[in-house]
Amino acid sequence: MPMIGESVTEGTVLRWLKAEGDRVARDEPLVEVETEKVDVEIPSPWAGVLQRIVARVGDTVPVGEPLAYIEVKVVVGAQHAAPLQPAGARPVETTQVGTPPAQPERPASGEGPAGRYSPAVLALAREHGLDLSQVKGTGIEGRITRKDVLAFVAARGAVAAAPPAAPPAPAVAPRPAAGEVMRLTPTRRTIAERMSRSARTVPHAWLAVEADVTRLARWRQQIKDDFRQREGADLTFLAFAVNAVVRALKEHPILNSSWSDDGIVLKREINVGVAVATGEGLIVPVIHGTDRLSIAALAKKLSDLGERARARKLTIQDVQGGTFTIDNTGAFGSIMSVPIINYPQAAILTLEAVVPRPVVVDDAPDGQAIAIRHMVNLCLSFDHRILDGAQAGAFMASVKVKMEAFGPDTPLH
Amino acid sequence: MAVKQYIEAIRDALDEEMGADPRVLVMGEDVQEGGVFRATEGLLEKYGPGRVIDTPLAESSIVGVAIGAAFNGMRPVAEIQFADFIHPAMNQIISEAARIRYRSNGAFCCPIVVRAPFGGGIHGALHHSQSVEAFFFHVPGLKIVVPSTPADAKGLLRAAIRDDDPVLYFEHKRAYRLLKDEVPEGDYTVPIGRAQVRREGDDVTVFTYGFMMHEALNAAQRLSKEDGIEACVVDLRSLSPLDRDAVLEGARRTGKVLIVHEDNLTGGVGAEVAAIIAEHAFESLDGPIMRLAAPDVPAFPYAAPLEDFCLPNAEKIGDAIRRLAAY
Repeated sequence: MPMIGESVTEGTVLRWLKAEGDRVARDEPLVEVETEKVDVEIPSPWAGVLQRIVARVGDTVPVGEPLAYIEVKVVVGAQHAAPLQPAGARPVETTQVGTPPAQPERPASGEGPAGRYSPAVLALAREHGLDLSQVKGTGIEGRITRKDVLAFVAARGAVAAAPPAAPPAPAVAPRPAAGEVMRLTPTRRTIAERMSRSARTVPHAWLAVEADVTRLARWRQQIKDDFRQREGADLTFLAFAVNAVVRALKEHPILNSSWSDDGIVLKREINVGVAVATGEGLIVPVIHGTDRLSIAALAKKLSDLGERARARKLTIQDVQGGTFTIDNTGAFGSIMSVPIINYPQAAILTLEAVVPRPVVVDDAPDGQAIAIRHMVNLCLSFDHRILDGAQAGAFMASVKVKMEAFGPDTPLH
Repeated sequence: MAVKQYIEAIRDALDEEMGADPRVLVMGEDVQEGGVFRATEGLLEKYGPGRVIDTPLAESSIVGVAIGAAFNGMRPVAEIQFADFIHPAMNQIISEAARIRYRSNGAFCCPIVVRAPFGGGIHGALHHSQSVEAFFFHVPGLKIVVPSTPADAKGLLRAAIRDDDPVLYFEHKRAYRLLKDEVPEGDYTVPIGRAQVRREGDDVTVFTYGFMMHEALNAAQRLSKEDGIEACVVDLRSLSPLDRDAVLEGARRTGKVLIVHEDNLTGGVGAEVAAIIAEHAFESLDGPIMRLAAPDVPAFPYAAPLEDFCLPNAEKIGDAIRRLAAY
């Protein structure tokens, strides 16, 4: 159990992403662990074979205690056997050499150099965004040398260089067609990885409802300047939508869950993540304990998170632990979206643009009439493994009712 | 360009500098006779006993008198017959020559050159094969040059004589008549403090100086033919000041560094080169920094097999490069 946060002393195994006997790559997600603070995926610290799982799902394990055993393979470079000499057989003049590095100091059966690279190799791998597990080592004991990396890069061709600290590329991408190659920022790379994984593993189903928010729109128009002056934040439709969604989640907790092979994990907390567009790409800061915040507090929190996201001043805690995601696509003027789920959450909801539209209303004195109303679409993508259309529809109906009920009688605090 | 012996290049430099500057004089044991290696041959006839001065067998006084002459406006070139005998002059070199600029807050300088033949491979045994550069390498205020070619021998000696600070000029006695190479015509100098890449290569970088440069070059050429390994050979030439830029650039070029000198391993120039690289080029290293040097014994033994055992040569350097390249 690795140290996940400064004050985290233990973690509970949510699910294993690998089974005993599975091969794991270095940094490949191994197990999902829940802590008091966040749920995290623990990446494998080594490449090898998952030999034995010690901590079963549901077990709470103190930091530093074993979760599983991974067998690490020792790579012995057969191709450069010539310079390798058996211990004790080296020529006597090497005593003049300060430290004869060529001499294998570890016993052949012990740990090999796999996973240990020279500074030059690490620097080159960073520079070229390489996954070193793909590079064949020709040095002593299979070490990857600087020249091995250079040869690998030359063979691979001119693929976009990755910035420092970027996670290893998931696979060698096909060579880009002629044109300008944009460097992948770490954020872009993370988005790509997460979106691909979600689209790949989660069967997405989609539905949308429209809500008549005329009451809310008129009321908000009246009070928003005053609110801004008093509270120092914009009273946005989004704040109301988050409030409506949170209350609907309490009625339909299945939407506030995540999938695991051992069962559907219903989350105790409601932590709504809100997608924020930044220059770097999409970031989803999380409002922890969303259900404990008033609409006014939500408005302020949203403004704060948005600002800090754009200023790149979010902390790790700010972006971890989300249980449900809302995307304010209406901000771009969109009226319909098919969002990709923020894996491993169960669903994602978009708040589309609030637009005046002619609609049929039932409450006219003489029956039905066409009126100009403020309409908003709410779109939902959900993990069809976890729930079905009926549950999703019931949830959306609840959100719709709540959105339409907002008005002068709604408490802001 | 004319082909010259290493020792001819030294003699030419002395001759030409004495001819050009009346302040330049040479002094040492039997220099009027040309010295044991004939480095000063013919100078007495040209410049007279006032500028080609025989001295007693007393190194402390050779350097001490040179320092005094320098303070009085001369540019003496003091010859120590063998570097092995320089130790009695240690106090003069370190306490006086090296310190005077600091001590006088820059008011005085000490433009002396101390020439000293050093090095092994000539069956010189205890008193005629030592390398002494490391003792002085530690001392601020001294410059140390070790030319490896006839052209550098002349250019560096000229630069040393013209330098306002004390310069130790270590000439390899095995090189004297063994090395013959082209020496540029005219008044040229080789700047002190500048290393020279003698051979390009992208597998391993060898830093060396003195006669070992030739052993390293031989090893590199052999490896290129036999193993396809390309070693970059950097001739440090100037030990103080050390060309740090060239050291770091050479280290970064291949990420694999071998340092070769025939001086003892421990506390040698190689230790400093290794430290500079470890400190400032760590991110470029692709293997451990290796040193190949003489074992920590007082001097090379007289017996040929024992001297061969102690002295690094092309074969041992080749083995070390091969090991490092394979790492």
